[in-house]
Amino acid sequence: MFHFDVVTNWIDEFLRTYLSNGWTLFIEFVLIGIVILAAYAVLALILIYVERKVCAFFQCRIGPNRVGPWGLIQSVADMIKILIKELIKIDRADPVLFRLSAFLVIIASICTFGAIPFDRGLHAVDFNIGVFYLLAVSSLGVVGILLAGWSSNNKYTMIGAMRSGAQLISYELSCGLSLMTIVMLSGTMQLSVIVEQQTYAWNIFRGGIPALIAFIVYLIAGHAETNRGPFDLPEAESELTAGYHTEYSGIQFGFFYLAEYLNMFIIAAIASTLFLGGWMPLYIPGWESFNQVMDYIPPVLWFFGKTFFCVFLTLWVRWTIPRLRIDQLLNLEWKILMPICLVNIVLMALWIIYV
Amino acid sequence: MSNSALFLVVLITAIVMVVAALLIAWLLAPRSTNPIKGEPYECGIPTRGTSWTQFKVGYYLFAILYLVFDVETVLLFPWATIMIDLGIQGLICMAFFFVVLTLGLVYAWKKGALEWK
Repeated sequence: MFHFDVVTNWIDEFLRTYLSNGWTLFIEFVLIGIVILAAYAVLALILIYVERKVCAFFQCRIGPNRVGPWGLIQSVADMIKILIKELIKIDRADPVLFRLSAFLVIIASICTFGAIPFDRGLHAVDFNIGVFYLLAVSSLGVVGILLAGWSSNNKYTMIGAMRSGAQLISYELSCGLSLMTIVMLSGTMQLSVIVEQQTYAWNIFRGGIPALIAFIVYLIAGHAETNRGPFDLPEAESELTAGYHTEYSGIQFGFFYLAEYLNMFIIAAIASTLFLGGWMPLYIPGWESFNQVMDYIPPVLWFFGKTFFCVFLTLWVRWTIPRLRIDQLLNLEWKILMPICLVNIVLMALWIIYV
Repeated sequence: MSNSALFLVVLITAIVMVVAALLIAWLLAPRSTNPIKGEPYECGIPTRGTSWTQFKVGYYLFAILYLVFDVETVLLFPWATIMIDLGIQGLICMAFFFVVLTLGLVYAWKKGALEWK
C-alpha cells in the first residue's frame, strides 16, 4: 500500500540535509498551511459542483453544462463572481460583530478541517483528545451564526439565528453522544489511533448493533448540524428571505457558503473516519486474494470514496424529504434521538463487556 | 512537531485565508453608497424600530437544557475513554450518574419544557 508518510518523510529529510532545524520547521509549517488552504478551496469547488449536478439529476434536469465541458468550471466562475461583488455596508448593523461573525464561522470550519486524517502522514493536527477537539472547535460556528443574526439588526436574521442556535446546540448533543460510543469501543480519542485499530474490521462491524445505531444517529444529527436538507429552517427562504445571512454580500456571504459546504464534507469525513474505517481498505477475513486486491487501491482513494458516499447520502436526504417545522425538529432531537443515544451508550458498554 | 504548534499553524492559515479573500474582494469589488443601500433588507417594507428586541422564551429553555447535557458529555468522555479497563464495575458506578441525568430529561419532558408552544 502507498501511504503519504513516504512523501512527507522524504520532504522532511530533504529539507533537513540542506537547512537548519528552525528553517526546516518554518518551511514545513508554510507547506502545511498551503496544502490545507488548497485542499479546502478545491474541495469546496468540487462539492458545489457535485451538489448542483446531483440535485439536477434528482430533479430530472441536466444541471450546469455551459462553462467548460459538462459545466466543470462553473463553480470556479461562481467563485470569481463572488469575489468581485460589492461588500454592502449596513448602516444600523454592529460593524465589528457583523464582520467578525463571518470570520468565526469559516475559521471554525478550517480548524476542524485540519484535524481530519486523510492518510498516514496527511494529517495536520493529531491531538490525543482528537474527538473532543473536533466537537469543541466545530461548536464555535454556532457563536458565529448567532452573532451574524444578531449584529445585522434585521428581524429575519434575528429569527433565523435564534432558530439556528436552538437547532445546532440541540443536535450537537446527539453528535457528541454517538461519537462517545465509538470512543468507548476504541478506548482512545486520538483519531490516527482509532483509524489504525480498524485495520481488520471497521468500527461499524466491530461494534455490532450499538455502532450501527450510533452511525445512523450521527448521520442524522450531523446533517442537522450543517443547516441543510430537511433541517434548513434557519434559512427557510419562503419565510425568512435567507435567514441569518440575509444582510451579507460579496465574499462575506461567500464565507458562510464555503463553510456550509465544507461542514457537509467534514461531517461525512468524521463519519467515515470513526465508523467506516477512515483510510483503511475493506478486508473480509478468510478471503486472502480479495484482501490483496483491496490493498492495491491507495488509502487516500478509500478515504475519499467513503466520505463522498456519506456526502451522497446527505444530498439524497436533502433533495427527498420536505422541510421540518421547528417543533418537529426539536421533538426529533429531544424525544427520539436523545433517548436513543443514552440507551445506546449503555448498550455499547454491555456489548464491550460481554461480547 | 508538537500538536499545539500545528494547531497554531492551522489557525494562522485560517486567518490568512480570511484576510487574503477580503483583500482580493476589496481590490476587485466596486464601491458605491447611497442612503437606500444601507437600509436593512426586510423584503421592501420599511423597517420599524430596532431588531434588538425580546424573543421567544422557548429558545432559552432549550439552551438551558443543552447546558446540562453538554456538561454531562464533558464528564462522560473521560469515562468512555477508559471504559474497557474499568469493565462492569465502572459501568455500575456510572449508572448512578446516568440515571440522575435521565431523570433530568424525564422531568423536563413531564414539565412540558420540550413542547414548542
